[in-house]
Amino acid sequence: MARITYVEFNGTEHVVDVANGMTVMEGARDNGIPGIEADCGGACACSTCHVYVDSAWVEKLPARDAMEEDMLDFAYEPDAERSRLTCQIKVSDDLDGLKVFMPEKQI
Amino acid sequence: MAGIVVVGAGQAGAALVAKLRALGHDGPLTLIGAEPVPPYQRPPLSKAYLLGEMDMERLFLRPESYYTEQGITLITDAAVTALDPARRQIRMGDQTLDYEQLALTTGAIPRRLPAAMGGDLAGVHTVRTLADVDRMAPEFVAGRRMVVIGGGYIGLEAAAVGAKRGLAVTVIEAAPRILQRVAAAETSDYMRQLHAGQGVTLLEGTPLERLEGRDGRDIAAHLADGRVIAADFVVCGIGITPDDALAQAAGLTIDNGIATNAQGRTSDPHVWAAGDCASFPWRGEQMRLESVQNAIDQAECVAANMLGADQPYDPVPWFWSDQYDMKLQIAGLGTGHDRVIVRESGSARSHWYFGGGTFLAVDAMNDPRAFMLGKRLLTQRRSPDPARLADPAVDLKDLLR
Ligand SMILES: Cc1cc2nc3c(=O)[nH]c(=O)nc-3n(C[C@H](O)[C@H](O)[C@H](O)COP(=O)(O)OP(=O)(O)OC[C@H]3O[C@@H](n4cnc5c(N)ncnc54)[C@H](O)[C@@H]3O)c2cc1C
Ligand code: FES
Repeated sequence: MARITYVEFNGTEHVVDVANGMTVMEGARDNGIPGIEADCGGACACSTCHVYVDSAWVEKLPARDAMEEDMLDFAYEPDAERSRLTCQIKVSDDLDGLKVFMPEKQI
Repeated sequence: MAGIVVVGAGQAGAALVAKLRALGHDGPLTLIGAEPVPPYQRPPLSKAYLLGEMDMERLFLRPESYYTEQGITLITDAAVTALDPARRQIRMGDQTLDYEQLALTTGAIPRRLPAAMGGDLAGVHTVRTLADVDRMAPEFVAGRRMVVIGGGYIGLEAAAVGAKRGLAVTVIEAAPRILQRVAAAETSDYMRQLHAGQGVTLLEGTPLERLEGRDGRDIAAHLADGRVIAADFVVCGIGITPDDALAQAAGLTIDNGIATNAQGRTSDPHVWAAGDCASFPWRGEQMRLESVQNAIDQAECVAANMLGADQPYDPVPWFWSDQYDMKLQIAGLGTGHDRVIVRESGSARSHWYFGGGTFLAVDAMNDPRAFMLGKRLLTQRRSPDPARLADPAVDLKDLLR
């Protein structure tokens, strides 16, 4: 399990516990946290689950694969270092304390 | 307790109630679904879930607690049996429920082979609901023979799962080529090669005549050209029809599904419709889309309009399909195209549809950048230069400039 902080674009923080094996996207969805739309349900097909990862976490997360990289390239205002698709990040104990920031909009 | 009632607890119904609450509507809100589970996503049913790589709970669009927390009355396992627009009432068996406004998000019903063609034999499956797939999944055992009727996206995805699990798979397509209704020949060719490379037998231009079951189970698929294919089970992916039964019986206008205006309102001012069941005016006809994009976007548009927004639904359609390790992503609608530009670099490939010089759609195979760019161009109503598109040396991003 990992405690994850989701920060809405307006600054509202949501701190929730997400079970191992879930994705960071599902953690937001299942807790009704707005800002992550996840239209494709985690298929890496829509890019509407985009966040900026807290700088301290960039290195600690498993790297993006080519598919995620390419989708992010055309996301709304991507950041070369901090942008991630939350449906591609699997939760494990190692992610305890993760903090992610929502973009102004998803598309 | 009248308020807003939504009939059909699927992708569109779930999006509609969530949007109503997100927009601040705090009146009574009821979501009614015939299936025994909370709203869930269907795409994994023919992909990861069928492969056994995804648990059922992860299909749910929201946990059940979401509806309680949001003050949404979710009634599952309950079919709405009648709609009375004059009284603004729906019926579930002998129970009635009043509404101020109603939304129909009843989805679609998979086409079945007629019984005369063997459609009701044991071992003949359709792929629409969780129950359908739970019934079908135990059939996917290595070494067994599977026949897929219909080379559309759902049939091809089921075929891919079968091949991946070590089954002997034959796809039977009546039209001259797979995906004929939805894609250009270039895309059909690509998919044909993909499946052939995985050992799937594709028979195109070969209508099925009938299925015959021996001992209730051993199935023989008789083709119009006289061939007979033996199967342990059969998967039908021959399309869907909009579920407009309630609307039709209530006297609402039906035209390629439940007819709505640009705002998503049906012929009755208090009844709205969205998703697979609904048609909307688009480029001079009543258009109906069968996709997650449409279910979400149209439902969210209707939610806003139920609260008085008066905004038209003007979608940029998009879709995806996963087969083996190949991801197909489609932006736009290719219907009416007269030219296809092929772009290839490495394993990424994209087919760009043009009609009368206007960019209409892109099929992107293992090429998310082409999909994302195509979607953006369609949103901006811009057409890329075909010559530069076809040149792999030109970076896709430069086409935005
Ligand atoms: C196997 C499969 C794979 C797919 N893959 C993709 C994909 O990769 N990408 C994509 O974009 N789209 C895909 N789709 C299409 C997509 O899932 C549908 O377009 C979408 O689910 C439509 O949403 P909907 O809410 O209109 O209908 P549904 O999700 O079907 O929901 C309608 C619900 O209404 C209920 N209902 C109907 N009548 C009544 C009644 N009288 N009373 C109560 N309840 C009622 C039904 O039981 C159903 O649960 C796929 C579909 C299937 C079946
Ligand atoms: S949910 Fe669609 S890309 Fe992540």
